[in-house]
Amino acid sequence: MRLLINKIFLALSILSALIGLAFLGWILTTLFLKGLSSFHFSLFVNDLIDGGLRNLLVGQLILAGLASIIGIPLGMTAGIYIQEYGRGKYASIIRDLSDIMMSAPSIVIGAFVYAVVVVPMGGTSGYAGAIALAIMMIPVVINTTDSMLSLVPRELREAGIALGASKYKVILDIVIRAAKVGIMTGILLAFARIVGETAPLLFTSETSNYFSLNLGESFPSLTVSIYDLANEPEESSRDLAWAASFILTVMVLIINLTGRFITRNKHK
Amino acid sequence: MEKIFQKLSLASATLVFVLLVGIFITLFTSAKPAIDEFGLGFITNPDWNKEVPLNAVPQSATVSEDTTSSLSDEDDMIEDEDDMLMDDEDDVETKTIYGGLVPIVGTLLSTLIALAFALPIAMGIAVFLAEIAPKNISNIVGIAIELLAAIPSIIFGMWGLYYFAPIVSGIFGGYQVSLLTAGLVLGVMILPFMAAITRDSMNTTPSVLKESAYALGATKFEVIKDIIFPYSKVGIIGSIILALGRALGETMAVAFLIGSIFQLPKALNDPTISIPVAMANNFGEASGLGESSLFYLALILFVISFAIISIAKFFFLKKAK
Repeated sequence: MRLLINKIFLALSILSALIGLAFLGWILTTLFLKGLSSFHFSLFVNDLIDGGLRNLLVGQLILAGLASIIGIPLGMTAGIYIQEYGRGKYASIIRDLSDIMMSAPSIVIGAFVYAVVVVPMGGTSGYAGAIALAIMMIPVVINTTDSMLSLVPRELREAGIALGASKYKVILDIVIRAAKVGIMTGILLAFARIVGETAPLLFTSETSNYFSLNLGESFPSLTVSIYDLANEPEESSRDLAWAASFILTVMVLIINLTGRFITRNKHK
Repeated sequence: MEKIFQKLSLASATLVFVLLVGIFITLFTSAKPAIDEFGLGFITNPDWNKEVPLNAVPQSATVSEDTTSSLSDEDDMIEDEDDMLMDDEDDVETKTIYGGLVPIVGTLLSTLIALAFALPIAMGIAVFLAEIAPKNISNIVGIAIELLAAIPSIIFGMWGLYYFAPIVSGIFGGYQVSLLTAGLVLGVMILPFMAAITRDSMNTTPSVLKESAYALGATKFEVIKDIIFPYSKVGIIGSIILALGRALGETMAVAFLIGSIFQLPKALNDPTISIPVAMANNFGEASGLGESSLFYLALILFVISFAIISIAKFFFLKKAK
């Protein structure tokens, strides 16, 4: 009897894993079949107004890139503070708050940026979108930096200090260098996360049918346009949405896998 | 230079604090007109964007009483006598009222469905990854499950709407866009998240404990049930609560699937709306009191998720460390 229960339990557990894999397989297969059938290289040449995706892809990458330029230095220095300078309560409060912020609903962050950036500026803009994404990114970068720095052995820091280096030299030249791979992985994963975000962009950057590099106006966003296209009745719009989803997912998964691959090689 | 760097890093750290406080204050001030107008009754009022005669007492006050009391029971058919027609044909002066009950109920119910669906499967996956699978299979499956978590939520929404929902509604009947389909897709989304944290806390069980139990002749099931589970219980509960917090705030997947109508669901396969979806769909056109009411909803969502995540952090995940 005990053995039977054990068998049933193990079977259920394996079944759960199969269910999980089945969902992944199902979603990816759908994406590949639907996406590839509407995929064409002209998508990379034309803008949305001409039935292509060029402006959206460029726009999304600019938004996520700009968010990274804002978010990575802020997140890393904050992480450094928590791990290297912070003593006692304040650092641990910031760490907890950053963890809470990491799970804050993304649509709420969109609403916040709408109130503090979009309304004063008088309209949606690329800047607002990038700021919203940066706010999403900062806590993730803090978390990675914090935990990666905590793995660097104390002796390395002591050796640096013993050689007479000042503390910031030790942090920048020794500690960060030792934790470089881990932090880079974390940043890649954070980038993969924000590049696929839709909710914080809905009313900050919005989207645009035209190619634009002007961050002061409504800015083309791949994800927001997928949402718009998928809700349109015409078959052709939905096909375009599938093609866009396919490109987006491939991009996100490649970034994600690259990140994991880097750490894996390091640990070997 | 040393000083500058230290000050700089302190400033960045403080930014987190400033941002969180800033979000709270901004939401509150933007919601203020709606808070002043509707007070806490907003939470129990099921009417959104409804014209009522000026100076009239909102008739829905009594209706909302009994709907809230039956909320705890998921399967309860919620009777709402919401059939009061918009009788603004007579030339009475009217004002528009907003109530948040429908999106609040929609958010909570869809999250509960997601949790009910994801919990057993996530536990099974975690057990499989931590205890059953050989190391290399566990690694591969682990990465696959984490890739599932990396897929953007809008993709879950499209897949859910065009491929998953028809099957679900084929089995359970009812509408393709409904509380049920939204909840289930939400469940698939939080699945990898829950499984990963649960696996990690299961992995913290010292192997000495496990080996002792095996040496006494325990089966794998008994070791998991009597050794690993009690040991990692706190972390597992923490992971469930974190997943709950994530599901509450999910926007895009639910936006495709919940149906987006302001109506209390009478059954699980009825369409309704959730807070994030109400914001996503109505924010663009809203102004004045309508916009303010959306901020009120955002504030409620923010406070709920803040509370839930704090509970998970302070009571469960801390101890697990």
